[in-house]
Amino acid sequence: MGCVVEFDERQTCCGQPAFNTGYRPEARMLARRFIEIFESSGADAIVSPSGSCTAMVHHYEELFEDAAWRGRAWALAERTHELSAFLVNQLGVEDVGATFAGRLTWHDACHGLRDLGLKSEPRRLLRHVRGAELVELPNAESCCGFGGTFSVKHPEISVAMLDEKVEAIERAGVDAVVSGDASCLMQIGGRLSRRGSAVRVMHLADILAATA
Amino acid sequence: MTFDRDARAALNDPQLRGALRQATTLFGERRRAAIASVADWEGARDRARAIKDETLLHLDRYLEQFTANADRTGARIHWARDAAEACEIIGRIAEERGARTIVKSKSMASEEIHLNAALARRGIEPIETDLGEYIIQLAGETPSHIVAPAIHKTRGQIAALFAEKLGIAPSDDAEALTAAARQALRRRFAEADLGISGVNFAVAETGTILILENEGNARLTTSLPRTHIALMGIEKVIPRFADLEVFLQLLPRSGTGQVLTAYQSLLTGVKRRPEDEGPEQLHIVLLDNGRSRMLAAPVTRQSLACIRCGACLNACPVYRQIGGHAYGSVYAGPIGAVLTPQLIGLERAAHLPYASSLCGACRDVCPVKIDIPALLLHLRAEVIERHAGKQRLLERLAFRSYAAVMARPRLYEWVMGIARLLRITPPLPAWTKWRDLRPLAPRSFRDEWRADAVDEKRSLYDVTHNR
Repeated sequence: MGCVVEFDERQTCCGQPAFNTGYRPEARMLARRFIEIFESSGADAIVSPSGSCTAMVHHYEELFEDAAWRGRAWALAERTHELSAFLVNQLGVEDVGATFAGRLTWHDACHGLRDLGLKSEPRRLLRHVRGAELVELPNAESCCGFGGTFSVKHPEISVAMLDEKVEAIERAGVDAVVSGDASCLMQIGGRLSRRGSAVRVMHLADILAATA
Repeated sequence: MTFDRDARAALNDPQLRGALRQATTLFGERRRAAIASVADWEGARDRARAIKDETLLHLDRYLEQFTANADRTGARIHWARDAAEACEIIGRIAEERGARTIVKSKSMASEEIHLNAALARRGIEPIETDLGEYIIQLAGETPSHIVAPAIHKTRGQIAALFAEKLGIAPSDDAEALTAAARQALRRRFAEADLGISGVNFAVAETGTILILENEGNARLTTSLPRTHIALMGIEKVIPRFADLEVFLQLLPRSGTGQVLTAYQSLLTGVKRRPEDEGPEQLHIVLLDNGRSRMLAAPVTRQSLACIRCGACLNACPVYRQIGGHAYGSVYAGPIGAVLTPQLIGLERAAHLPYASSLCGACRDVCPVKIDIPALLLHLRAEVIERHAGKQRLLERLAFRSYAAVMARPRLYEWVMGIARLLRITPPLPAWTKWRDLRPLAPRSFRDEWRADAVDEKRSLYDVTHNR
């Protein structure tokens, strides 16, 4: 696809867990760090396999009061893309040549769907996967109940939300549930596994890299 | 914490969950169908929000204009700084007018100030005339939804309640139940000498108040008794009569999924001649109760754009599971989680901004585009900064450590390496009681990245492209 990929080993976390729980000084420190590290790369695009992390970078501006940092945060967010959005909207690629034999369903992770407006991008990529059949869940857009620290602050509500999702997945008779965020997959996969389900959880990147 | 206890009780109540699921799903479906009939829904939302923003930016001016015009039409204006003042004003009017029977139409502001309890202390018991509110009053409960107060009750529960309290034959026929309530309430309307209502919109340029409803009870409440008291939050004012056009498109569709409510009562002043219909006296009580505090910053100011449609409750996956009572506040659901801490103080409602997975469904359906997730995040930051609510020593320590590790990539790699080596998963019983936690992958992404040959690491997309 003609892209040269760099990975800066100084990078760690975007700071979203702190931001979403109310720890702004910690989030601000990690945001500054993220901005400095990724500014130092001359890359045209910063790509993240997470709608949630990408959305966080798009929130960075709100963390700062001074104009200089706000400007830097905004400029960085402009070139930060979620994986499916980067492939489809930036590169214009829908068929990455992947093969996966089985029935798949897509779980819309909240931040990708509602903060970034990603709906068709992952689906277009999945429809081009050879051997794969894409099945829609009636509640594909409903939150899986993860919500960061919400999942452990209010585990019973979190799991009640999760069970609606998991039951729909089980009814759909799929081999794998695919999403764009590792956190949703950890939540959904954790419950599927506890219920003894054979349905696998896979990240979009896993499917797009699959060759059989 | 009572929130967790009450949420657990709700989760273990199959009747409540069944009633909630059915009603919120139906509201959601009706809403979707109703907004499809608006050519430019997004545009309508933007226009409504712009009107609200303009009004809130100059609220003092529009309130002066509204009260001056309402005064000119014969209404009497009362300003209430807080709940106690509002209750005192209304109680005093009731006593001065010698009211014996008070009928009341639905008003969340009256719930907010706990008006019924305050009047009861004066020996007056107002009768709720909205069907949902009437059910709640008979049951001795509080509303669990902004527009559907009895949403948590099944028809069977209402039938049993009516059989017990109204002495009718048990029946779960909706029409029979409604007829029984109507019969009981008609008698009260006939003898009522004071009516108390809320207000949906107050028009500054005319001094008019608008009340939307479906049962006709608000119209009777505001026109039959010789005295009418209208209670409104100061944020209900809008500049122009023509502004109602957009709000009448948005509110019924967002609230109950109706194109329009069955009744829209536009009330301007009192009756002018003895043979006219309407009350002799109209008292308009303007309630602040913490609202002016929200005007200070744009992020909190948007809370006052809320038109109380309840769409965010129906869309919220948390509300849909636990209902309104678990929130422990008059206003429940997403909007309640942002309004309540601002109205009653962060210290007393520090748990509410955390009663959300931040999924954003509320923001999508809000007819005036209130960014509720942003407000939740803002309030969470205030909770942490001001040490509001419970102690969070462990949590503070955890986030400090997290930040310290994440700022040092070598340390991060070392910590993760140890966890990988010893197969340590975080000790989180709140997670593992219900969900499995997969161990970390045997090799980290960094290790694989370094091990890959130079030409292979050129492009992840070339790898996925399998060329």
